[in-house]
Amino acid sequence: MTDPLIRLDGLSRRFDTGGGLLKAPRSMMAVRDVSLSIAPGEVLGVVGESGCGKSTLARLVLRLIEPTSGRVTFDGTDLTALRPGALRTARRRMAMVFQDPYSSLDPRYTLAEVLAEPFVVQRRPVAQDALTEMLDAVGLPSAMLGSHPHQLSGGQRQRVGIARALALRPDFVVLDEPTASLDVSIQAQIIDLLSDLRSRMGLTYLFISHDLGLVRYFCDRVVVMYLGAVVEVLPRADAAPRHPYTRALIDSGFAPDPSLRRQIAPLSGEIPSPFNLPPGCTFAGRCPRATDLCRRQRPPLEGEGDHPVACFHPY
Amino acid sequence: MTALLEVSGVSVAIGALPLLDGISLSVRRGQILGLVGESGSGKSLTAMAAMGLLPLIGGRVTAGAVRFDGQDLAGMTEGQRRALRGRRIGFVTQNPMTALDPVQRVGDQVDVVSRLHLGLSKSAARARTIDLMAQLRIPEAGAVAEAWPHQLSGGMKQRIVIAMALAGDPDLIIADEPTTALDVTVQAQIIQILGSLVRDRGVALLLITHDMGVVAQICDRVAVLYAGRLAEEGPVGPIFAAPAHPYTAALIGCIPQDGMAKGSLHGIPGAVPSARAFPPGCRFHPRCARATPECTRDVPPLLPRGVGSAACFHMTPEAG
Repeated sequence: MTDPLIRLDGLSRRFDTGGGLLKAPRSMMAVRDVSLSIAPGEVLGVVGESGCGKSTLARLVLRLIEPTSGRVTFDGTDLTALRPGALRTARRRMAMVFQDPYSSLDPRYTLAEVLAEPFVVQRRPVAQDALTEMLDAVGLPSAMLGSHPHQLSGGQRQRVGIARALALRPDFVVLDEPTASLDVSIQAQIIDLLSDLRSRMGLTYLFISHDLGLVRYFCDRVVVMYLGAVVEVLPRADAAPRHPYTRALIDSGFAPDPSLRRQIAPLSGEIPSPFNLPPGCTFAGRCPRATDLCRRQRPPLEGEGDHPVACFHPY
Repeated sequence: MTALLEVSGVSVAIGALPLLDGISLSVRRGQILGLVGESGSGKSLTAMAAMGLLPLIGGRVTAGAVRFDGQDLAGMTEGQRRALRGRRIGFVTQNPMTALDPVQRVGDQVDVVSRLHLGLSKSAARARTIDLMAQLRIPEAGAVAEAWPHQLSGGMKQRIVIAMALAGDPDLIIADEPTTALDVTVQAQIIQILGSLVRDRGVALLLITHDMGVVAQICDRVAVLYAGRLAEEGPVGPIFAAPAHPYTAALIGCIPQDGMAKGSLHGIPGAVPSARAFPPGCRFHPRCARATPECTRDVPPLLPRGVGSAACFHMTPEAG
């Protein structure tokens, strides 16, 4: 096996809130003890619902926020130990595409200025040709260089977000819900574009999404998160899920085919507050398979070769 | 059986700008009609027209009529229309975060609907609220009724909004993307709740969504809108088996499904045109693989096709 491009070791992040005159401060673990690796050229998906820590994880991987503990290694270099100057140099090889193409582009900038920004940050000369080439790579006409973001549709804006991420020819791109604010018709266009760019430029992706159907379509391996922790890693997109939560996620999606209509057996119960997690398995309160053991003890992520699962009673 | 809500040939304009062009659809009691299309296709505007709420956004019906239970909305006074909304038509909005008043306890917000529209006393209204909340599977309904909106999760808030829509004991519920803002496991709960309301109470449901998966799961009929016009309408089974309109087929084809080969997910090229720049002829022709010169020139009429109807010069023949 080749060396991983990215390795996360026991990565955690705690957030503290509150602490006023009459209010005790509270803290929550947004990401708890996540260890993963991503091979060069791989598309690793991270899926989970709101509050599961997937966006925090995305930011930790690029060290946009600091971990409370744990380490991120990029191509052999420990990113978490780098000083600011060295971190900036290392970041030339990585980039991020954000969820909301409406707020991630400065409305006062022309597209030429948006696309020149990564060069400016990295103190590199901006070649006009490079800007045109970038727009072309994402399927936009070069005549748009003088346009402002408000003149573009949502799909076009996200193409600009992708062009900006690829400006410095990175090896690794974090895609944080890049299609969540787009229509499904436009989502498919963007996914097409991303997979085309990946094969042309030899990119490695970390793809964050709440949509398991989309993740299983697009990714090679799938990490499932629940309340800050990894509960299962699917070794292939089409692997049968073992964790009851992964299964519930799959059962919550509806196929566009009335002949596949089925009895919905929705999860009961509410997601516990991340400020006050139960002592055992955090999914036990909503799980059809939970036993006393699950409510007492937290199951470790382990098992069966390349398909680990954090569950005492997996499928 | 006659339709409870009948929209026939309705065109809508805001100022001088025409937005909807000859929309016809109907919903009967005990039936779910899905209204689908991309953003900007006119789904929400159709719902506003069906509730007589166009004046709120400076719009008006320029042709056609909306009838509720046989009565023309245009022939009613604003007071009569207001009595209809809330009492006989319940509305569930897309975003439960903004549909609730943040400075009023959620139970009070549900109570006021049945006090106003059913004339219930304070205590009878509260009993009804708690009963409705329990039916929507809200645990500890009595305690939740005393909560403020910010104390509740998104899924819980959406159930409160549905309880408000149900409190006047309506015959028709119009739900505008009721699950778009919610997580998938919560979406499944809400879809199941809406489906059982129609089955158990015999209400009619107009469900606006962009998700063909949701339509396939619970709707009886589907109406597909594109750029202010109806592209296709009919029962869900035959339409999903063989969509007549290329736009319907494209909307179904862009949903990722289990077992789909990589590269087989296809988007729709381009984007929905703005109302200021609707193309001539069939409005879908710039994005359509089947378009011919005829499509760029003439407007395809809505014609019967099997048990439904579609507006396309090159529609797919029926299955079977």
